[in-house]
Amino acid sequence: MLEILGKTKIDFIAWRRTAFGVSSALCLLGIVAIIQITRGGANLGIDFAGGTSVQLKFQKPVDVGQVRALLGANGLKDSEPQQFAGGDRIVVLSKRAEGSQAGMAQRVQDIFLKGLPDNPFVVEGTNEVGPAIGKDLQKAALWAITISMIGIIVYIAWRFEFKFGVAAAIATLHDVLAVLGFFYVLNREITLLIITALLTLAGYSLTDTVVVFDRIRENLRGRRRESLGDVINMSINEVLSRTMVTSFTVFLVLIALFLLGGEVLHDFSLALIAGVCIGTYSSWFVASPIVYEWRSWERARVKAPVKVKAKAKG
Amino acid sequence: MKKTIKWKLLFLLLVTVVAGYYLYPTLSRRSSLPSLFPPLLPRAERLNLGLDLQGGMHLVLEVVTEKAVENTVDRLIAGLRRETEKEKIPVERIVREGTDRIRVRLQTKEGLDGFRRILSNYSNLQQSSGTDPTELIVAHTPRELKRIEEFAVRQSLETIRNRVDQFGVAEPHIIQEGDRRIVVQLPGIKEPQRAINLIGKTALLDFKLVVEGGNVQEALAGKVPEGQDVLYQRHVDEQGGVIKTPLLVQKRPILTGDLLTSAQVQIDNQTNEPVVSIEFDREGARLFAEATAANVGRRLAIVLDDTIYSAPVIREKISGGKAQISGRFTPEDARDLAIVLRAGALPAPVNIISNLTVGPSLGQDSIEKGVRAAILGGVLVILFMAVYYKLSGVIANLALFLNLIWLVGALASLRATLTLPGIAGIILGIGMAVDSNVLILERIREELRVGKTVRSAIDAGYDKAFLTIIDSHVTTLITAFALFLFGTGPVKGFAVTLSLGVIFNLVTALTGTRVVYAWMTQRWDLKTLSI
Repeated sequence: MLEILGKTKIDFIAWRRTAFGVSSALCLLGIVAIIQITRGGANLGIDFAGGTSVQLKFQKPVDVGQVRALLGANGLKDSEPQQFAGGDRIVVLSKRAEGSQAGMAQRVQDIFLKGLPDNPFVVEGTNEVGPAIGKDLQKAALWAITISMIGIIVYIAWRFEFKFGVAAAIATLHDVLAVLGFFYVLNREITLLIITALLTLAGYSLTDTVVVFDRIRENLRGRRRESLGDVINMSINEVLSRTMVTSFTVFLVLIALFLLGGEVLHDFSLALIAGVCIGTYSSWFVASPIVYEWRSWERARVKAPVKVKAKAKG
Repeated sequence: MKKTIKWKLLFLLLVTVVAGYYLYPTLSRRSSLPSLFPPLLPRAERLNLGLDLQGGMHLVLEVVTEKAVENTVDRLIAGLRRETEKEKIPVERIVREGTDRIRVRLQTKEGLDGFRRILSNYSNLQQSSGTDPTELIVAHTPRELKRIEEFAVRQSLETIRNRVDQFGVAEPHIIQEGDRRIVVQLPGIKEPQRAINLIGKTALLDFKLVVEGGNVQEALAGKVPEGQDVLYQRHVDEQGGVIKTPLLVQKRPILTGDLLTSAQVQIDNQTNEPVVSIEFDREGARLFAEATAANVGRRLAIVLDDTIYSAPVIREKISGGKAQISGRFTPEDARDLAIVLRAGALPAPVNIISNLTVGPSLGQDSIEKGVRAAILGGVLVILFMAVYYKLSGVIANLALFLNLIWLVGALASLRATLTLPGIAGIILGIGMAVDSNVLILERIREELRVGKTVRSAIDAGYDKAFLTIIDSHVTTLITAFALFLFGTGPVKGFAVTLSLGVIFNLVTALTGTRVVYAWMTQRWDLKTLSI
C-alpha cells in the first residue's frame, strides 16, 4: 500500500483559537471587499460594473505608453490599456458605465486605425455592458447565495444536526469571503468567471466539510465515553489521507490550467487554487471547531443552570 | 456470473453506447447522425460551443416598452379625435399625460355624456373623473397595459429574428430573457457593427409633408407650432461627411411603413447610386395617390427613425404605390435598409444594454489552451491514481472515463451550449468523481487494515462511504439548483453541467466500480487486493 501519510494524531481542536482569529481576519477582508464592490471601489469586471473592453492583436508589438497617449489625445482619458505577454496584444478597458456605451468599441478601433497606420490589428473581442446588467447580476448572485445557504443548512440539519448545518454554511461562506478578499487585495479583476470559480470552490469546500462531519457523526455514535474534542480530532485524522489525496489530484489539474490554460483561465484557476487551500483549512479549523464550541457551550449551560439564573438575578 | 452483475454491466454498456453515439458527431467533426430509435432518442448533433469558445456576438437588448404604450395611447387619442369629430362632440382638448394616461376636456357637460358613449365601445379602458366636471381621465386597464408590453416584446423578437434570418447568419439564437429583454447570439459573425445597426434600428418609416414657409429658427428655440415637428434632413457631402439641416414637417404622417409590401435595392439610373425602392399594398397605394394628388407642388419628407432621408417635391399624383429612398447609400447600407424595411419596424425602440463580441481567433486560442491544459491535468490524475491505488486506481479511472463520456454525451443530447463556465462545471464534476473514488478506496484500505477479508472490506468500504457520498453530492446539487434558478446564461450552464456530473457520478462511483469488484471477487477467490 502506497501512502502519503501514515496514521496521524494531529490535535486540530487545540488550534481553534488561533484559527478563529485568522478566519475572522479573512472574513473581514471579504466583507470589506463586498462593501467596496457595492460602493464601486473594487476592481470589478465590466460584466458587473458596466463599461467597454476591446481586445486587439497588433501585427507588431506596441508600446503601452504610446497607446495610452493616443487614447488620451482622442478624448478617452479614462480608458486603461493593458498589455499581454508578447506585447502585440492590448486590452483597452473603459469603465464609464454611465451614458451611452454604444459605439465605444468602434471609436477605439478608429483611433488606432488613424494613430498607428503602419501597425495593422485584428479585433479579437469587444464587450460593451450597460449598468443595468451588472445590477441584475449582483441581485441574482445574492439570491443564489441566500437560497443555497438555506438549502444547505436545512439539508445538513436534517441529515446531521442543526449545529452542523450552520457550521457547514458558515465554513462555506468563510471560504468564499476569503477568496474574494484575496482577489480584492491582489487587485485582480472580479469578473463573472471569477464568480463561477467562487461557486465551484463553494461546492468543493462543502464536500470537504461534509466528509469530515460524516466521520464525526459516525464516531460519535460508537464512542460515548470519549470527549467531543477527541472524537473530532480522531475523525479529522482518519479522513486526512483522503483529504490529502483529493486535494492533490485537484491541484494537479488546477496547476496545469494555471500554467498552460491561457489568459482566460489564468485568474479562474488562481481563484480555485486559493479556494482548495482555504476549503481544506476551513473544514479542519472552522466547521468542526464551531460544532465543538457550540456543543461545549450548550453542555456548560445545561450543567450550570443555577449559576446563570443567579447571575440574571444579581 | 451472477445474474444481477450481468444486468448491471449490460446497463452500463448500453448507457455508454448511447453516450458514445451522441459524442460521435462532436469528435469526428461530422454535423449530425440520424436518429437512433426515432421516437425514443433524438438525432445526434455536434455539441454547440458558446460564443466565448467559438467567437461571435452576444447582444442583450432591452425593449423600451413605455414607448410601445405611448404609441398605443397616441393611436387611441387619434381614434377618439376622429370619432368625436364624427359625432360632433365639442372637445376642448385631448392630451396624453405621462406614458399611459389621457386627459380629456370637453366644452360642455352634455359633451361628456356623448364622449362616455364613445368610450363604451372600447373595452380594456378605465376612466376616472378629472379636476373639473367636464374633464375625464382615461387609461388602459393594468392588464391591458401588461398585454401591450408583452406584445411589444414578442413582436420585437419576431421582427429581429426576421431581420437576422434575412441578413444570413448561421445558427442564430434569439430568445426572450426576463420581461423585456431579448438575447441575440450570432456565432461567427464577421461584421459586428453592421449587425448591430441592423438589429437595433427601429426602422419606423413615415411620409410627412414639409411645412413650407414655417419659421424653423423659432421652432428650434422651442416654439414648435401645434401639429408640427422639427426633424433633421441628412445630406452626404462629397467627402462622405454627414450634414444635417432642420426642416419643419407635419407631425401626422400621410403614410407609414406598415403598409409596405416589398423593399428592394436598385441602382438609380441618373446617379448610378444604390437606392431602396419600396412598394405599398393596395390600401397604401390608394392613400399615397390621394395624398400626393391633394398636395402637388409641396415637398414630401421621407422619414426613417426621425431622420429625413430626402424631401422631394411632389410633381404629380403618384399612383401605383411605389416610392424610392435615396441618400448616397453604400451597397451594404442599402441592402440592410431594404432588409429592415421588409422585416418591418420594431413596435418600440430597443436599447443595447450588453454587447459581447469575441473574435474567432481568441475563442480558438482559449479552447486550444484550455483543452491542452485540461488533458495534461487529467493524464496526471490518471497516472497518480494508477500509481497510488494500483489496480483499484485503474478501476477508478475507468469510472472517471465513463463519467466523462456520459456527461459530454448528455450535454450533446440535450443540445446544450458549452461555455467556459460550463467547462468549469465539468471539471468540478470530474473532481467530485475522483473524490468519491478516493473516499471509497480509502475506506476499503481502512477496513483491510483492521484485518477484514477482501470481500467484506470491499462491502464495508462501499457501505460506509455511501452516506458520505450521498450527503456531499446532495449538498452540491442544492447549490447547483439555486444557481440554476437565479443564474443567467453562463452560470446556468455551470449549474447544468455540475448537476449532471454529480448525478452520473453517483451511478458510476457507487454502481459502476462496485460491479467490477463484485465480478472480480466472484471470478477469483481474492486473498489480497491490489489497492
